[in-house]
Amino acid sequence: MSQIITVGISDLNVVKAPGVLVTYALGSCVGIALYDPLAHVAGLSHIMLPSSLQMASAANQVMKFADTAIPVLLKKMESYGASHFRIKAKIAGGAQMFSGINNSSLANIGQRNVIAVKEELRRANIQIIAEDTGKDYGRTLYLDADDGSMRIKSVNRGEWVW
Amino acid sequence: MPLNSYDDLNDIQMDVLREIGNIGSGNAATALSSMVSRPINIKVPKINILDYEQVMSNLGGPEELMVGILLALSGEIDGMMMFLLHKDFAHMTVNDLLGCDLEDFNQIGEMEMSAIQEVGNIMAASYVNAMSQMIGLDINISVPDMCVDMVGAILSVPAIHFANISEKIILIEDEFDSTQNSASSHILMMPDVDSLNKIMQNLGIDI
Repeated sequence: MSQIITVGISDLNVVKAPGVLVTYALGSCVGIALYDPLAHVAGLSHIMLPSSLQMASAANQVMKFADTAIPVLLKKMESYGASHFRIKAKIAGGAQMFSGINNSSLANIGQRNVIAVKEELRRANIQIIAEDTGKDYGRTLYLDADDGSMRIKSVNRGEWVW
Repeated sequence: MPLNSYDDLNDIQMDVLREIGNIGSGNAATALSSMVSRPINIKVPKINILDYEQVMSNLGGPEELMVGILLALSGEIDGMMMFLLHKDFAHMTVNDLLGCDLEDFNQIGEMEMSAIQEVGNIMAASYVNAMSQMIGLDINISVPDMCVDMVGAILSVPAIHFANISEKIILIEDEFDSTQNSASSHILMMPDVDSLNKIMQNLGIDI
């Protein structure tokens, strides 16, 4: 039985095999699952918002934003023995939970989160090898440090392994 | 000094919000009770200056399946309001309201969904009317929007909305349940900081 580490909202964590990282109920938030297959180091981040730029008090909230969380996660993985050039990404979440919202801060926030995550990963030179994003339902994400598989669980819509 | 963040609220102001929650949810529960013709109990509201993880664990964990009905508040008060109904509670309400006998909540169709949405609409209107009369401010509510999913995913929507504005949010949380069904449900009232200032001013509370 390997250890299961929970990653909360605007939180991140890293584990070296054996171990599983899990983040529950991603709605419009995005889960970023990074994995180094040689070192068997897995990292998971649960971000809420695309960018820290418009936030005044962003300094102590680095794990909340796509643009600031990803560099922190990469650094942490490297301290566990992962190598930047071997790390690949799988991402999930970014759903639109309520269809009729026209409030400007919320419209398409899921989609904007996904775009920001992709942009930041591209900037960090990390390839995305699997993606389960968008649509209109919540997802729980499990990332297994043994093989880097990402398991997505939903309510009433089944389960997938990426 | 005006309130700048939710942490600035003192005990008296918290009590005021609790009373608003009490009156609002009392009215909402009365409306629900007359729709389903059975008694509905309410508990003393809780004021939470948030911590979503805490709310989720109170509600049975982030993966608990719930029905979320979201309404935006506008006019002289800005913010959001959300109803979170346990699956069993929504199930029971639909059966009572439509006089049908669905055995499994997973069978619900569009008709049932829109009935639940309407219940949310009427309850929200009763809540907000009472609140509006008490504090003397005009409040409009949007058309309700609904989804059935994990409570963590549902709550990510207000979490993200308020994360954009401030780091914390305030929840006036009301719990209600029916005498015949222990499944409880919740009303979350989430005014923004400026609106809290207006509420306190209008009620003559020192800020």
